[in-house]
Amino acid sequence: MNTSHSITIAILAMGGEGGGVLADWLVDLAEQNGYFAQTTSVPGVAQRTGATVYYLEMFPEAGAPPGRLPIMALSPVPGEVDIVIASELMEAGRALQRGLVTADRTTFIASTHRVYSMTERTAMGDGRVDSDKLLEGGRAAAKQFVSADFAQLAEDTGSLIAPALYGALAATGRLPFTRAQFEDTITRGGVGVKSSLKAFVAGFEVAQQTPAPALVAAPVTPMPAVGARLAALAQRIQQDFPPANHATLAAGITRAADYQDVAYAASYLDRLQPLLASLPADPKLAAELMDDTARHLALWMSYEDTVRVADLKTRRSRFERVGGEVKLSQAQHLGINEYLHPRVEEIADTLPAGLGRWLLATPWACACVEPFTRKGRTVQTSSIRGYLLLYIIAAMRPLRPRSLRFQVEHQRIADWLATITRLAPTQPALALEVARSQRLVKGYGDTHARGWRSYQRVMAKLPQLQTMPQGAQQLHALSQAALADDSGKALEQMLAATV
Amino acid sequence: MAERSFTNEVQKLRLGEGDEFRGEGILAVTKALLQSGVAYVAGYQGAPISHLMDVLTDANDILQDLGVHFEHSASEATATATLAASVNYPLRGAVTFKSTVGTNVASDALANLASGGVTGGAMLIVGEDYGEGSSIMQERSHAFAMKSQVWLIDPRPNLESIVRAVEMGFELSEASRTPVMLELRIRACHVHGRFATKANKRPSFTLKDAIENPQRDASRIVLPPATYTQEQEKITERWPAAVKFIQQHQINEFFAADAKDFGIVMQGGLYNSVLRSLELLGLADAFGESKVPLYVLNITYPLIDDEFKRFCAGKRGILLVEEGQPDFIEQNVNSMLRKADIQTKVHGKDVLPMVGEYTGGVVLKGVARFLEIYAPELLQDRELPLAARPASSGLAVLDGNPKAFAIKAASDEVQGRPPSFCTGCPERPIFTAMKLIERELGQHHVSCDIGCHLFSILPPFNIGATTMGYGLGWAGASAFNTTETSKRTISMMGDGGFWHNGLTSGVGNAVFNQSDNVLMVVDNGYSAATGGQDVLSSKAISPIRSTNNPIEKAVRGVGVKWTRTVTNTYSLTQMRDVLREALTTKEKGPKVIIAQSECQLNRQRRIKPQIRKKIAGGERVVRERFGIDPDTCTGDHSCIRLSGCPSLTIKPNPDPLRRDPIATVIDSCVGCGLCGEVAHAAVLCPSFYRAEIINNPTAWDRFKLRLRTSVIGWLQNRIERRLEGIAA
Repeated sequence: MNTSHSITIAILAMGGEGGGVLADWLVDLAEQNGYFAQTTSVPGVAQRTGATVYYLEMFPEAGAPPGRLPIMALSPVPGEVDIVIASELMEAGRALQRGLVTADRTTFIASTHRVYSMTERTAMGDGRVDSDKLLEGGRAAAKQFVSADFAQLAEDTGSLIAPALYGALAATGRLPFTRAQFEDTITRGGVGVKSSLKAFVAGFEVAQQTPAPALVAAPVTPMPAVGARLAALAQRIQQDFPPANHATLAAGITRAADYQDVAYAASYLDRLQPLLASLPADPKLAAELMDDTARHLALWMSYEDTVRVADLKTRRSRFERVGGEVKLSQAQHLGINEYLHPRVEEIADTLPAGLGRWLLATPWACACVEPFTRKGRTVQTSSIRGYLLLYIIAAMRPLRPRSLRFQVEHQRIADWLATITRLAPTQPALALEVARSQRLVKGYGDTHARGWRSYQRVMAKLPQLQTMPQGAQQLHALSQAALADDSGKALEQMLAATV
Repeated sequence: MAERSFTNEVQKLRLGEGDEFRGEGILAVTKALLQSGVAYVAGYQGAPISHLMDVLTDANDILQDLGVHFEHSASEATATATLAASVNYPLRGAVTFKSTVGTNVASDALANLASGGVTGGAMLIVGEDYGEGSSIMQERSHAFAMKSQVWLIDPRPNLESIVRAVEMGFELSEASRTPVMLELRIRACHVHGRFATKANKRPSFTLKDAIENPQRDASRIVLPPATYTQEQEKITERWPAAVKFIQQHQINEFFAADAKDFGIVMQGGLYNSVLRSLELLGLADAFGESKVPLYVLNITYPLIDDEFKRFCAGKRGILLVEEGQPDFIEQNVNSMLRKADIQTKVHGKDVLPMVGEYTGGVVLKGVARFLEIYAPELLQDRELPLAARPASSGLAVLDGNPKAFAIKAASDEVQGRPPSFCTGCPERPIFTAMKLIERELGQHHVSCDIGCHLFSILPPFNIGATTMGYGLGWAGASAFNTTETSKRTISMMGDGGFWHNGLTSGVGNAVFNQSDNVLMVVDNGYSAATGGQDVLSSKAISPIRSTNNPIEKAVRGVGVKWTRTVTNTYSLTQMRDVLREALTTKEKGPKVIIAQSECQLNRQRRIKPQIRKKIAGGERVVRERFGIDPDTCTGDHSCIRLSGCPSLTIKPNPDPLRRDPIATVIDSCVGCGLCGEVAHAAVLCPSFYRAEIINNPTAWDRFKLRLRTSVIGWLQNRIERRLEGIAA
């Protein structure tokens, strides 16, 4: 009985990612160089962004008795796959889940970039899965593991991911074909040959290096540098605050000064001073509490109002960033259009506190303003008119401290900080969770209002939580529930369960 | 215009005697049809045979040269009824569609066709969409073959066998005066392989011959008393004729039939998996040399009693590898052996799973279990392949096995990737509008249909309660027709489903029964879900089909008074307002909204080359795409929950103070405008911007740029002065 058998290859990809192109190249590579080749796939709805597997087999023509064709399988058998190529990191995980990668034979090539799943994307907070676990799994399962950000290589070379992965496969030497034979296939394909070959070379080289990626130890960040005008405040941070918090505090003063002015940055540190005095004895817990409070305070103090948005959108660095993002070439011009939809509330927020309150409380005044806010506005920031409009709004910055929104937010901040400071010495874990609850309040318009409502509802439970041994965990769970869905159902249930 | 072009590949259809064909299964089937001298071909697209329809469309010239008529049928019923041409005339014809959804639709015509029988060879090529990656309910075509008594061909999944099955299928059909059904599983349709070709054949008897010399035979028509005779004939004449033909031509295959006192019987389509299993167990080689007796059913209906009796003679037991359920073949074989008083034990669903696709690992496990019962000595002295080992061994053991633990941990991170709307899909804003209306008017009962729009049932939209089949969106809500409430239901339908049967089953039905409910027709210009084939209302001008027949005219034609056509679905406010009007208007009677925008997948394929050409030619071309400012995005992702566009995704937050990932628009964005519309209509956030990238700017553009750069630049210098000395 003939004992030779097929070389088996599985390609895990998503619809429209070029897995088909890769499979076609492999078939051509085999057939042009004295091999039988078979490939098949289940496209179907996978073409619409779903996950799919291309499966290939190759068999040397020389190994076949005259007139006989090898019988090749149409689907991979777990444990019997020589080469697995995953065009994305979660798809690499799927290959592991399907048992296709085994230590006795599989060469496993995986791109480390992520194409986030719908679940990860729609999460209200951070729903991303753990990439390190996926990589660890790949390393543990394969005989030979080649991983790199092939999507980045493709982008750098102005090509697609398929040729980069193809190059990496060539470099592994796992197929009985020379590099030239691999490259000839691309040339024969005749489509985008130059850029494909460039990506091929990039993929080839990166696969040859494959340095064992060192596990990054938790970095000890030194105090980052700040601008000259913040030097005095930086010095104050170094004198008064524990080193573990320097990085965050530096970012905090930079943010506050950028948002308003240097005095505002000073007031940022002033606000943290009381907490400094009531930190718990445990240094780790103390560092954590100060860090999270400082981080969230900086964010809260730089709440996103119309002035802030206009300020950020009119900066030169922003124009340059947009140009880079759309890959603007020298010969092209750029237009930038903003989608803004200020409501009566946002207008009142920007007005001096008294006037703002009056507007919101006066139905006829609201009715006068409302028609102008019914529809969203598109402002062309790249035009002089549009730019001036935003520039003028941003120029209202000095008036901000007298605005309605400023008063409201700072009252809320004061309450929040007072709570943290009060709980810090006796119930530091709970204080930490209170600090982190600021995370619930974000976004604009309805989103912001919903977030604030959730925050209030969660905080209303605080008197009870203080009396419970598991208070901190409970508060954490409530915050998670508030971020579970935007209808508030999960929070509702959790609140009902927290007696 | 279909999603994939076969213009180059179809040249392979011209290969002649003794040439070698290399390509996809579907293309090989087309070649086999031409080698068999077909006079006509028809069908309805749907995976996995969409490509077959697309190949035929692209091969229209070649078909015409050979005198072959090709039609895009209105439905699978139409396609099957087309085979009526073979009833009275010696014309060979083939039709194709997706099974079992298509077979369901076709079954009326199929029953009539099968009852009267055929003169010319009539073949139904069905793409069996069963198992991994299937988009339909899991049923078997086998039941249809049994019920109508048409012969079911299930060839070994290599091109040579598939081509032979087509050729022999026509002969079998003619010899037994019975239509035949060729079943191709999805992987076989897309398999790449090779076979030696023959010359194409012009039909010896043509459609023209038939039309000019009409013939009729009342005994072929399904009307009493002929119907009773036809049933008799099926059993007494056509069945025995088929059995005789199958035996004479050795269509079913035996390998090493007497090698052991046990054996394996399988559907032809599963042969490769069985053989690979034996190879892995050391009992066969890659060329089909098997130590275990094999009986391959290239025809799975009818079964040939004599062949079974011969194969089972002297065997203690057989393994029947039959995919799907009910286990028709296993039941049949048991009954057959029992009647013949043969004591061979039949294994099948006891060692193999009752349901689900028989992929490589599944078959291997089943074969190994069977061999452990009948010939454990054959498996001794070698380690079982991984997939055949018990679940509780090897890497499944986590304790003290850090590698296994790491693999398990990685597997646990994996999430599903359900299909979704493509980048820039014009259907997405329709559902965003429905979500916004939901906030205003509360939830409505939504009856879904088949098509891309069905993806709205999945996150992030989560819309829709039932789907009853292609074109049956509105029919699925017919019961909700009562004067006891003023609340209305919403039904969905695509243009594909509308022309397939929705116009009558849904719209006509609603008019006749005085429905007060709302139908949303998604008119994207193509039968998009099946790969972008043209339909009656397509906007494209097709040289071989009549298009540009508006849906609104058809709807009004059957008596709907309230219709609204939205020609730009991306205008979210327009979509939302029209929906609100339909749901709240005082006017009674059925309401039909036609939401029109071209399928973006097809549009991009159409316009991309044009744009490239324009840019290269120095013309001023503006490309639009969206973007998000990372410093104003707070990472709530509301925008994603209202859109779900693949180009709108997340990335790590560049802000050292924030942790949640921010939303981002990647370069695949086609600038459809929905992001901006959502930001406006849902009052989301000011982070979205639309960038206009102007290629080949004009002198006027350059003048404006100079002016802007000086003014804006001056102001930006002022901003920078304020920020000086803050950041390092």
